[in-house]
Amino acid sequence: MRALFLVLMLALAAPLVATPAMAIQPDEILDDPVLEARAREITSELRCVVCRNESVDASDAEIARDIRLMVRERLVAGDSNEEAIQFMVDRFGEYILLNPRATGTNLMLWLSGPFLLLAGLGIAAVAVRRRRPASAPLSAEEEARLQQLLDE
Amino acid sequence: MIVELGHFALILAFAVAILQTVVPLVGAHKGWADWMAAANPLATLQFVLIALSFGALTYAFVTSDFSVALVVNNSHSLKPLIYKISGVWGNHEGSLLLWVMILALFGACAAWFGGNLPATLQARVLSVQASIGVAFMAFMILTSNPFLRAAFPPFDGEDLNPLLQDPGLAFHPPFLYLGYVGLSMAFSFAVAALIEGKVDAAWGRWVRPWTLAAWICLTIGIGLGSWWAYYELGWGGFWFWDPVENASFMPWLFATALLHSAIVVEKRESLKAWTILLAIMGFGFSLMGTFIVRSGLITSVHAFASDPERGIFVLLIFAVFMGGALTLFALRSTALEAKGVFGLVSRESALVLNNVLLAVASFVVFVGTMWPLISELAFGRVLSVGAPFFNAAFTPFMVALAVILPVGATLPWKRGNLGRAVRGMWGVALLAITLGALTWTLHSGQSILAPIGAMLGIWLVVGALTDLWMRSGRQSISARLRRMIRLPRADWGKAMSHSGLGVTIFAVSAVLGWASEDIRVAQIGESFEHNGYTLTLTDVRRVEGPNYISSMGFVDVVQDGELVAQLNPEKRIYPAAGMPTTEAAIDFGIWRDVYIALGDPQDGGGWALRTYVKPFANWLWGGILMMAFGGLISLSDRRFRVAAGARKAPPAAAAPAE
Repeated sequence: MRALFLVLMLALAAPLVATPAMAIQPDEILDDPVLEARAREITSELRCVVCRNESVDASDAEIARDIRLMVRERLVAGDSNEEAIQFMVDRFGEYILLNPRATGTNLMLWLSGPFLLLAGLGIAAVAVRRRRPASAPLSAEEEARLQQLLDE
Repeated sequence: MIVELGHFALILAFAVAILQTVVPLVGAHKGWADWMAAANPLATLQFVLIALSFGALTYAFVTSDFSVALVVNNSHSLKPLIYKISGVWGNHEGSLLLWVMILALFGACAAWFGGNLPATLQARVLSVQASIGVAFMAFMILTSNPFLRAAFPPFDGEDLNPLLQDPGLAFHPPFLYLGYVGLSMAFSFAVAALIEGKVDAAWGRWVRPWTLAAWICLTIGIGLGSWWAYYELGWGGFWFWDPVENASFMPWLFATALLHSAIVVEKRESLKAWTILLAIMGFGFSLMGTFIVRSGLITSVHAFASDPERGIFVLLIFAVFMGGALTLFALRSTALEAKGVFGLVSRESALVLNNVLLAVASFVVFVGTMWPLISELAFGRVLSVGAPFFNAAFTPFMVALAVILPVGATLPWKRGNLGRAVRGMWGVALLAITLGALTWTLHSGQSILAPIGAMLGIWLVVGALTDLWMRSGRQSISARLRRMIRLPRADWGKAMSHSGLGVTIFAVSAVLGWASEDIRVAQIGESFEHNGYTLTLTDVRRVEGPNYISSMGFVDVVQDGELVAQLNPEKRIYPAAGMPTTEAAIDFGIWRDVYIALGDPQDGGGWALRTYVKPFANWLWGGILMMAFGGLISLSDRRFRVAAGARKAPPAAAAPAE
């Protein structure tokens, strides 16, 4: 019983641990190389929904294979890349996209880089400016002292 | 018995660490020399006790003592010796023990080699270092004790995750930890300096070797991990933007920034507050990485110990240390006034730009890593952030960094002339652009990525060499060469590391842009062509290893009628862990790797076989090694050793060297 439980646990846990990515199988590949290239491009941006941070293209899981085949079916049926991706999003939600869409609240994610860069450069510029060599002209007193030294 | 001794030593080390936290700190505050001096033997004692404890756990693993729960869960009597040893840190509890041991080792080093430090500073550094040890040993003893016994010792263990049974991964964690924990040293110095209220050139000179050492180890650790992924996961990827990879990459970026800004503190007594902040943030991100890995909050391929209780504990440690250090920073940083002033165009400014780019790049990685969590909690929007985002959002920063690097590195300190610096590099830029364009025309129709990488790579490598050349003065060529050889090692280290970055950038873009792939069902004895190679799967045999069963393929690789290599890709099954692994077979070459992975047997006969030709793949690890080696050369610079001696000499002898 205990052993059975262990086996069951292992089977359940299996998709969650990093397994060697045997990924796409020879029998899945489409005959048309252009369609196949598009399929590869799409599936490498879809998440294997039961795995940890693996794309459908690289995953060994059963569902990843199903999604790979589904994407190819859609492409053969004449879908554009966007339509095929949307087809998957309709079924699995945004969670399936490894490349989050730059819409709504996600704008914060996409703009964080440029925004932080501008902020960083701004702060740095202010700090550097403040530290610029003090090149204040000599005071009258210093001027006189300098003249005196030069005369000597 | 030995296991109990190890357990006892750990608890004793915990007590010693508490003493080491309190006694020197009070001593430094009150000016009691004997209390301060107590830090040194305590640091040594703490290290020895933890090392004993670690030794005891290693003994349990090596002798396969299956009365220890940890050994049961992570070892197997048939496992090769090296993996029995690496199994010690191939799990949550054992890796924590290694973490704490390295922490104590760094503390002990500060005690052994820090004789030239001012007594109060050394006492405070050791105290802060010990306080980190206290936190992590408490964590270990309370939530993750490696010495717990199993109630019913089984006959054999459950084996270490087979993916971890690999030479690359055996040494990956120790190097990473040396890096992570090495940053604790910079942190301790930063906090000690804040308590002290003083940061000067000498401080910069002490902190730099520690940071450099940590950075070298972190670089090697990340490189090993990436190399492992390349040959073990079976399709030749080398970086996945996995949360745990990001967790190691963020401290690396911060350590790189810290390394550069510490130079400004040392040479110009400027950017002090910023350097202190970087030292705090660098270690903060190490802690954050620990939290990400061990809490299981962000699902990742690595998460070997997801447990909310542990997560909360690590978060608590993170909050206390970061909160404390940043509060101290807010209170004291104004006291750290800058002495050196510099103009808008100067080496200092260039290094500030370097710091801004590295820090922002690191924050972008951070935001991307945490975004799924933030988005779900704050906006109820469940989503993923994966490689496509990171590639798009992170790459521009590295490109910008690579573009400004050679010019910035040649700018003089204090005040420079941008026109003159650019003029010196004009030829290099022209060469880089021409060669980049040439590769573009040679490989027209493929992605533009690789030519851009080639351009940046040449710009960095030739730029670094030009920098050395320009330093050799205006004399005859032979005199300049002689002078070049005699340049300080730090200069050579700098050139080496910067070139290494160039080589890495080139290799990454070449592998991504030019790799070719072939996936097919290969019948035994049938040949097929791929990218100029004729490949034949001659046989697949069943081979038994010590703790696994393997299907081993035999593939002949022929080019122009000549046998280039006979490769043996394997598919292994580890019965104890019930897990399959792939062992890709790679013919490593200077110009390309031929990479073969064996798949499953097919219903209609034959085997699934994947073949990749990856141009310049070895240059990737070569570039990373060059970066680390450059750090090593720099670390061996006379200055660090002379500085150590000069402190002991009478003050009159300690004239400024520059």
